[in-house]
Amino acid sequence: MITLAHFVGLSFVLFTIGVVGVLVRRNLLTVLMSIELMLNAVNINLVAFSRQLGDLTGQVFSIFVIAVAAGEAAIGLAIIISLYRLKSSVNLDDAAEMKG
Amino acid sequence: MTAETFLPWIPVFPLLGFLVNGLLYLVAHSKLGGKDAPLGAHGHGDAHGAGHAASHGGHDDHGAGHGGHGAHPDIPFKAVHTWVGPIASGLSFVFALLAILSWWKETGGHHEIVATLWTWIPMGVNGGWFGSPEFSVDVAFRLDPLSALMLGFVTFIGTLIHVYSVGYMGHDEGYGKFFAYLNLFMFAMLTLVLGANLAILFVGWEGVGLCSYLLIGYYHTKDFAADAGKKAFVMNRIGDAGFLMGLFACVAMFGTVDFGKMFGAAAASPGVYAAGGLMTFACLALFVGATGKSAQIPLFVWLPDAMAGPTPVSALIHAATMVTAGVYMVARCNVFFRISHEWALKTLGENPTVWGLLTHDASFVVAVVGGITAFVAATIGLAQTDIKKVLAYSTVSQLGYMFLGCGVLAFGAGMFHVFTHAWFKACLFLGSGSVIHALSGEQEMTAMGGLRKKIPHTYRTMLISTLAIAGVPGLAGFFSKDLILGETFLQGHPVLWVLAALTAGLTAFYMFRLVKMTFFGEYRGPKETWDHVHESPATMTVPLWILAIGAIVVGWVGIPNFVLPGGNRFEAFLHPSFPALPPDWTPHPHEVSHALEWALMLGSVAIAGVGILLATKFFYPGSAPYALPAKVVAAFPNAYRWVRNKYFVDEFYEAVFVNGLVKKGGRLLWEIDARVVDGLVNGTRHLTVGFSHVSNWFDKTFVDGAVNGVGDSFQAAYKGYGKLQTGQTQNYAFGMAAGVFALVCIYIIFA
Repeated sequence: MITLAHFVGLSFVLFTIGVVGVLVRRNLLTVLMSIELMLNAVNINLVAFSRQLGDLTGQVFSIFVIAVAAGEAAIGLAIIISLYRLKSSVNLDDAAEMKG
Repeated sequence: MTAETFLPWIPVFPLLGFLVNGLLYLVAHSKLGGKDAPLGAHGHGDAHGAGHAASHGGHDDHGAGHGGHGAHPDIPFKAVHTWVGPIASGLSFVFALLAILSWWKETGGHHEIVATLWTWIPMGVNGGWFGSPEFSVDVAFRLDPLSALMLGFVTFIGTLIHVYSVGYMGHDEGYGKFFAYLNLFMFAMLTLVLGANLAILFVGWEGVGLCSYLLIGYYHTKDFAADAGKKAFVMNRIGDAGFLMGLFACVAMFGTVDFGKMFGAAAASPGVYAAGGLMTFACLALFVGATGKSAQIPLFVWLPDAMAGPTPVSALIHAATMVTAGVYMVARCNVFFRISHEWALKTLGENPTVWGLLTHDASFVVAVVGGITAFVAATIGLAQTDIKKVLAYSTVSQLGYMFLGCGVLAFGAGMFHVFTHAWFKACLFLGSGSVIHALSGEQEMTAMGGLRKKIPHTYRTMLISTLAIAGVPGLAGFFSKDLILGETFLQGHPVLWVLAALTAGLTAFYMFRLVKMTFFGEYRGPKETWDHVHESPATMTVPLWILAIGAIVVGWVGIPNFVLPGGNRFEAFLHPSFPALPPDWTPHPHEVSHALEWALMLGSVAIAGVGILLATKFFYPGSAPYALPAKVVAAFPNAYRWVRNKYFVDEFYEAVFVNGLVKKGGRLLWEIDARVVDGLVNGTRHLTVGFSHVSNWFDKTFVDGAVNGVGDSFQAAYKGYGKLQTGQTQNYAFGMAAGVFALVCIYIIFA
């Protein structure tokens, strides 16, 4: 039997992996994928609680999240391409112009 | 509508007129005006005036480019100026009439009304300024018989002179500027007349002084006009210093400058204010101001020079209105002068000496100065040949009469002469302007003669006014002059009476000399001028006739009471402006027999008749019109030289004040400057240098230390915090994540 706790646990693990990925990886593509992980962890949470509580709102909301995530991925990838054209690199350490 | 609502509008219209005329003139004559600016027209005026000034300095330069000499200058916005100037003045007259009528209906003329607009100088609301709880000056207008009188004739005669100027100044390229100044003058004069306290009166007082300066120096490209303007201004400044001292004395005494409060307090307890002679000091200081504005000895020399202005200005400012401001002010402060007089009598005892009176009794000083001025100016008038100079000295002389009237405490008589004089003197001046206009700018009477057929309206109106000023019975001047003469005698000043009576004879003489030399006999000027002689346009002759009719009829409001009981409606009208003093401060009415009064009146008529007869004998048309005068001059060469040269007063002032005081005094001041002032300055310098060293050290150590300390601390802080800004997005994200983590932890632990 897969209980709510399993979903929440999976969600937590995925989210943590996402957060750590965002914070520690230097490759922008990986960072973007980590963000997708975090969004999907949230989606799992939403769907799980939707089923548990018998309220469809959570599932509808997760659809929205997926749509927004698609947009985010498209824009993010476009930014990465621009950055690559500018710096010939997708390493985050190279995009540190704002250093004080 | 009440009188209060009309009052503030009266000065507003001329102010608006001034703004419209002045701005349009500026627009037309600025570079923005472009091609319309008649800059080229200046050359024409200059070239013409230069020769003019060389031949007879001191003329108003009218008629340059007039009478067929060259083309008329192109005047931008002429139609606007023509309508705005006179209408602004005319509206003032209408509103003055409305105000006076509704005031008359509301109070019957017994009380003043005051329209307070706003507080101008609020001061010391809770303080003890000058021993009173508070001191403030309001912008307030006051209508009482005295100001109603002035208001009426100032606005009416002012409007007539505006209309006259349309004709007289029609060929002058400064047309717009002239009307702007004339409107500004009306505004200032109405402020002076309507002011409900000494401070507002002073504002108008300075305003008319300014306009007088501007208009005397109207032909400012000529040296004599510019100098005359400056002279008038400086003379008036000397007087104004006195006025200010009087004003300050009033503040010190009463803690207010409001007429109602001051006169009320003074009339309630005269002894308190008269004590120690402070009241006399205030009166004398105010009178110094009046001698400046009303051209009395010793400050009278500016008025004859003021004839350098255009003739309508001479008529409006230097004959009918502004110069009477001094008399008005003295009459306005009549309570002070009456108290000063009574205080002097109480202090000096039974038989006061003349010196005692001069030092204690301000009104006696006024009377003496007025009497002497009247006489001296009349004698100077005997020998002048410039038509406007004769009228100028006549004005000084008549102003002397007015002060004589006020000085013998017959303020009603003095103001009556102000009123009648305004009509016939304005008419005489405008008539002389018409003569000058006809003769293309000629002002020397030696180059006139035989004009009565050519310019009949001018001749008739001037003759009427001459009869009036000479004191011919039935005309305006007779009533007022006779009243002053009678009062002078009855108040116990026989010497002044003799002086004034002689002056009346002299007045009749020199005025008929003027008429004879101008209108009778053979013409003595150049022929081409004679061919151009023509009567003035209707805008000039109509005002002349209105003023001449005024010169005939206005005297009848003041029929002497001994001729017709209650006949002197004028004094009855003014009476509320002369508040009653306590009985022990009021002089006992003299018991006079009617016979004496009749005798005095007949005496003054006889003296005037003698003057007229002598003038007719002297200047009767004939083959040699100057035979008799020449004999007299030959018999008394020195007297003639003194009179002809105005007693050398100008030269005396030049030697004593200009050369002596300014130049020699300048040397003394230079010495003082080199030794005392420079010593002080250098000492101060050494002290300052020493002190600055101390100051420098303090500055370096403490002030700079504090400033740099602040800077250093920020720099140090930056070094630490600056490291946080790595530019690495992930570092910031870590901060966010850590923050969220911390918040969640706090939530879990405490919730």
